[in-house]
Amino acid sequence: MSLYQVQKFLYQLNRDESVQTVFRDDPDAAIADYKLTDDERRWLRDGEVGELYIHGVNGQILMHYAAFLGLDWDSYINAMKDGLTKHGQVRDGIYRAVDGGDGGAV
Amino acid sequence: MPLVFAGICSHGPGITGRADRADPALRDPFYAALDTLRADIEASSADALIVIAAEHFANFFMDNMPAYAMGMGEEYEGPIEDPDWLGIPRTTIPGAPDLSKRLIAEVMQTVDVAYAEEWKMDHGIMVPLHFLTPKMDLPVIPANINCQGPPLTPLKRAYAFGQALRRACESVPEKIAVMGTGGISHWPATPNSGKINEAWDREFLRRWAANDKDALLSYTDEDTLAEAGQGGFEIRTLIAIAGLCEGRTGTIRYAEPIPIFSTMCVAATMDVV
Repeated sequence: MSLYQVQKFLYQLNRDESVQTVFRDDPDAAIADYKLTDDERRWLRDGEVGELYIHGVNGQILMHYAAFLGLDWDSYINAMKDGLTKHGQVRDGIYRAVDGGDGGAV
Repeated sequence: MPLVFAGICSHGPGITGRADRADPALRDPFYAALDTLRADIEASSADALIVIAAEHFANFFMDNMPAYAMGMGEEYEGPIEDPDWLGIPRTTIPGAPDLSKRLIAEVMQTVDVAYAEEWKMDHGIMVPLHFLTPKMDLPVIPANINCQGPPLTPLKRAYAFGQALRRACESVPEKIAVMGTGGISHWPATPNSGKINEAWDREFLRRWAANDKDALLSYTDEDTLAEAGQGGFEIRTLIAIAGLCEGRTGTIRYAEPIPIFSTMCVAATMDVV
C-alpha cells in the first residue's frame, strides 16, 4: 500500500476542481504521476471507499472523497462497514474502527 | 486593543449537511445557541474574526505540515467540499491581510507559526462561519492547529499559541473576536461515526469552563485516542482559547450529543476581560 501516495492524490483531488475535472474525464491520467500499485489505481478509479478505508486512508480525506463521488451519508458509512467486514481492521493510520465497527449514525 | 470576544463551537459537517436528520428538539436549541454567539460577535463591533480550526487537509498535507498556521490573504474560498453535501454554498470570504501580517509577526515572537496567503476552507471553518457571520461579510483570519497528521503539537504548546495570540491581539488597534472550533470526543469518518463519550466531554468542558490549565494539559494523546477517539485530538483548538483567555472562565451555552452530527454539539464563550 503506497498510503502516502494515495492520500496525496486524494488531497489534491479534494481541494482542486481542475484535478476533479481531469479525474472525471480520464482517471488514469489524473493518477499517472503517483506511485501506486495496480490495486490502488483500481480502488481510486472505482471509488472503492471500503478498500481505501481499511488500508488506512485518513478518514477526513476519505470522507471528502466520498462526498466528491456523490455517496450519500448512509452509503458512505456502510461502505466502510463493508470494508471492515470483508477485510478486517484498518491497517494503518489513526482512523481505526472501534467496537468492531458497530454503531454509526445511519 | 483587548479582545472583544472569545468562544468555541463544534464544526462537524453534519451540522449543516445532515440538518434534516437531526432531532429538532436537540438541533434547534443548538442552532439558537450558535445564534447567540453571532449576536455577541456583532454586538462586539469586531473588525475581524480569527477562527482557530483543526482543518482536514484543505491546505496542508504531510509533505509540509505546519503545527501552527495563520492566513494572511486578501480573501479565502470555501467550502472545498461538495456544497450540496455540506449544505453551504461555495463563496468567497474577505480576509484582513495587513492585520494578519501584524498579528503573525507578534505571534512569531514566541511561536513558530507558518503563514499562508492562500487558504481554502473546509467544513472546519465554513460550518462555524455559516452561523457566526452568515452574510460572510466579516473579515476572517483563519488559524490552524494540526490535529490530523501525527506527530501533533503538545497540548501545552496549543495553550501557549493561545497566549501568543492574546498578546498579538492586544498589540493592534483593531477589535478582534476569536473562535476556537473542534470536536471533543468523536469518531468521525469511521464506521463508528456518531459514537460520543458524553461523560468524557462533560469533564473536558468542566475543565475548560473553569480554565483549569493543569487539568486541561494533563490529557495524553494515548488516553484521548482511547477515550475520545481520533477526533478528540481537536481539543487543541479549544485549549488554545483557554490560553487566549488565561485566568478567565467560560460559560457553556449549549452542550448536547447529537449523533447524526457525529459529535457533542457545543456553543460556549469565555470571558475576555
